[in-house]
Amino acid sequence: MSVTKLDNESIAWRAAQDIHDGAYVNLGIGIPELCAQFQPEGRKAIFHTENGVLGFGQAPEAGQEDWDLINAGKKAITLEPGAAFFHHADSFAMVRGGHLDVAILGAFQVSEKGDLANWRLGASGVPAVGGAMDLIHGAKRVAIITDHITKDGSPKLVEACTYSLTGVACVNRIYTSLAVIDVTSRGFVLREKLPSISLDELQKLTGAPLQIEDTVVDLFVPELH
Amino acid sequence: MDKTVDSLIDAVAMIPDGATVMIGGFGGSGAPIELIHALIDRFKKTDSPKDLTVINNNSGNGQVGLAAMIREAMVTKLICSFPRSAEPQVFNEAYSAGAIELELVPQGTLAERMRAAGAGIPAFYTPTSFGTELAVGKPTAEFEGKPYVQERWLKADFALIKGELGDPLGNLTYRKVARNFNPVMAMAAHTTIVQVSQLVNAGDIDPEVVITPGIFVNTLVEVRDPQQEEDLMRAKETYPRAVAS
Repeated sequence: MSVTKLDNESIAWRAAQDIHDGAYVNLGIGIPELCAQFQPEGRKAIFHTENGVLGFGQAPEAGQEDWDLINAGKKAITLEPGAAFFHHADSFAMVRGGHLDVAILGAFQVSEKGDLANWRLGASGVPAVGGAMDLIHGAKRVAIITDHITKDGSPKLVEACTYSLTGVACVNRIYTSLAVIDVTSRGFVLREKLPSISLDELQKLTGAPLQIEDTVVDLFVPELH
Repeated sequence: MDKTVDSLIDAVAMIPDGATVMIGGFGGSGAPIELIHALIDRFKKTDSPKDLTVINNNSGNGQVGLAAMIREAMVTKLICSFPRSAEPQVFNEAYSAGAIELELVPQGTLAERMRAAGAGIPAFYTPTSFGTELAVGKPTAEFEGKPYVQERWLKADFALIKGELGDPLGNLTYRKVARNFNPVMAMAAHTTIVQVSQLVNAGDIDPEVVITPGIFVNTLVEVRDPQQEEDLMRAKETYPRAVAS
């Protein structure tokens, strides 16, 4: 089955539409970081990075990097007016104390109970957890950006995670390459799907039942390139 | 009172074999490269200190700083949250050879365990890691209907940290995000050793902007124009520098 799917930028664009003006937001390293580029006109979120900044902006021009001004991905950043520095315990007090509005992370697997696995694939290699386990319990809303299926075609949305857990019952919403899905007490609830894929096809690519409440809206992303 | 010493060698002279050492920084920012290299110099000359337990957010990068300590086999155990970097070969080789033990701690728990130690709080509860393999064997409890994991304070014999301004009483400021773990490590360690980029007179740092009050600091040494781990790593530097043959 060949299905047109959203690329990473497009998934990030869709996720960015749900970030409200003035929200305090932590974006995970990698694809979630792309959300910062797609804030809707007139809205301005305040971005938090674990290593001690609120209110950072874009990357500096090449050659203008200050390596004492980096984000959690160790990439050079700039500051927006009104930015603030703080130490690591205060940074994670913001996270763990429930002060962040939104955290957006990547995933290997998400279960229909909202369990997340995103830090360790199997027992080999060097395990590295960083701040993911803190973010998923601290933020008021936890959203995931992910391909709907793995490279070999297995569902990433599953009944129960088989990889090492990052946390239990922590995910609120999943933005995939095919759909927008909420995690509720009834399991996965389908909110939006690409019009090019049928409900049956989408269900076949999903490892747990997709519930329907009300109507399923067409998932629309404008041309970004 | 004057907590300053004149040389890096003097600053790190008291760290013995088997010590637990917190090393500040997040990646390269805030990493006290000159203090680390002074420790490596001492080890190369005297075979001490070794068998160290190091606490850092990461596991070193390239062939300088913490990575060089690991390469020289000074470190037997690393407590950290994210043992990955752009150039992680040194740690990866030591880990896969079984030459270094790893205790993985979620980043917020790592910082809070240090703050708890600094504040005299032996344990606390957090939802972080509940239901995961990092919570195995730890007590849990329910508060207001939610499950929490008990975590213990994290102390150290020494902290090696980097400040921007410092005065003889040990009052410190930091530069931008180079602050990161440095203030909580200063609180959590029995003896805190600081390299500052500029030593100033008592009274020259406005009390309103002191970030680490001097009570948490034992020893300061001035290192003007300190090296940045990121720059060294990008320049493919190795410490100690290979002697041309």
